[in-house]
Amino acid sequence: MKEPKISPPREHKVARRSFLKGAALGSVALALPSRDADASIWDAFFQKHFREMNDKELKKVLKRLEQEYAEKYGVDIDISANKPLSGVLFGYGLDLSRCIGCRRCVYACVGENNQSRDPQIQWITVLRFKKGDKWVNDLENADKYYNPDKVPEEGYFYMPTQCQQCENPPCVSACPTQATWKEDDGIIVVDYNWCIGCRYCMAACPYGARHFNWTGPGIPKDEINTKTHYLGNRPRYHGIVEKCTFCIQRTRNTPGRYPACVEICPVGARKFGNMLDPKSEIRYCIENKRIFRLKEDLNTYPKFFYFFAT
Amino acid sequence: MRKIQVLTVLLGVFLMMAPLPARSDSKIHSGKTVAEANPPEEVERPIPNLFITPPPLSEGIFPCSDCHADQKTNPNRRELTEFHENIKLINHAEKQRWCLDCHNPDDRDYLRLASGKLVTFEESYYLCGQCHGTIFRDWKAGVHGKRTGEWNGKKVYRLCVQCHNPHNPRFKPITPKPPPIKPADIK
Ligand code: SF4
Ligand code: SF4
Repeated sequence: MKEPKISPPREHKVARRSFLKGAALGSVALALPSRDADASIWDAFFQKHFREMNDKELKKVLKRLEQEYAEKYGVDIDISANKPLSGVLFGYGLDLSRCIGCRRCVYACVGENNQSRDPQIQWITVLRFKKGDKWVNDLENADKYYNPDKVPEEGYFYMPTQCQQCENPPCVSACPTQATWKEDDGIIVVDYNWCIGCRYCMAACPYGARHFNWTGPGIPKDEINTKTHYLGNRPRYHGIVEKCTFCIQRTRNTPGRYPACVEICPVGARKFGNMLDPKSEIRYCIENKRIFRLKEDLNTYPKFFYFFAT
Repeated sequence: MRKIQVLTVLLGVFLMMAPLPARSDSKIHSGKTVAEANPPEEVERPIPNLFITPPPLSEGIFPCSDCHADQKTNPNRRELTEFHENIKLINHAEKQRWCLDCHNPDDRDYLRLASGKLVTFEESYYLCGQCHGTIFRDWKAGVHGKRTGEWNGKKVYRLCVQCHNPHNPRFKPITPKPPPIKPADIK
């Protein structure tokens, strides 16, 4: 049986890289896909950077990717590429006095965003702290493997973390290929077709928010979320980095749904909205609650606000 | 030398001025009209015109008037033994509260505020808001409680009683989802 193709398969990226090397040695032809290679391999090879594609080119790319996904996963995956809404800057709030550490958000996120089940990738990590312990700048001492019969537990509190969508994101400056950047609505995105998997961004992120695909994602076919976004939850490739995008495939619409983690949280600890809208929930939190951000001393200016409500 | 003189003068001026604010303060206070002293309450935030989920009324129990219409109201505080025996106030101001503080004695299909105003079970947030003012304010702003729907469109609000049993309001502990796999356990 013919191996189903999916871009960029490992060889293509190697090809892109060795192409440059080959170019330096003056032996370009050796590194290019062979002449009888399928047209789509050529298309994948020469696919432009997301931000450089015009609408026509983008449409063509989305169509090709949808075909490739259909071949690989045997389901029809719909890839949108909705642009940021104008006048919108997303912000997120988390009420630490409510969170009970139940991890419903973790699994809702995994399902919504097509995260690999095996090997496991989870964009949200819920940390547990002993009440009274030194904590906010000492996250390494937190326990993320706690597993009691029931939560909340006496004497503990919980702090979920995920990508903080920094206004000044060190992960973006670290990326050598500009495969990751900040969009106008504040969401930090990754073009999975341009990521070369060097993991510089992972080293640069002070919040441990980025995750590497050591293999192709293992997702049962019937659990694939087929409503996807090019920069969001479409299935990722082997050897690339991924992270939370505030559920870009849900939130960038009018009307836009809340992120999956907001929707699932049984205690309503999670708040989300447009920070530029004075009547939004997130603005109310920022203006009326005692908010703080993680590792503020690093000047990353997260758009993720923690608070303790009464 | 000159410097010291200047400083002394400044210090003197400062000391003279220091008690002033306190004095003028008290003057303003005594000169205040009643209206000024009790400024009208901040215009109440309206209940957002958003879809609110229906109250979780137990089946076969509502309307309460089915049974209560021809029953004489016994206003005495007591333990219920013939009906509703399972309803007990637990950790909800049991010393200060009793059924008829919230349930309207004359027509049980309504709740009753401290002011005597009747409210329906769909508007029970007014009742809860009587004591839990700050939380009521947050709830109206969309910040307290579970919120679903659209961040820039239609939102689904839940009534207080959707998450809190009004007779025993503490959130019940639940089983957490499994922890992440430890790196050492990855095969
Ligand atoms: S679902 Fe809500 S309560 Fe549960 S861990 Fe996540 S934020 Fe905390
Ligand atoms: S939390 Fe990490 S991954 Fe997210 S924007 Fe900040 S530096 Fe980048």
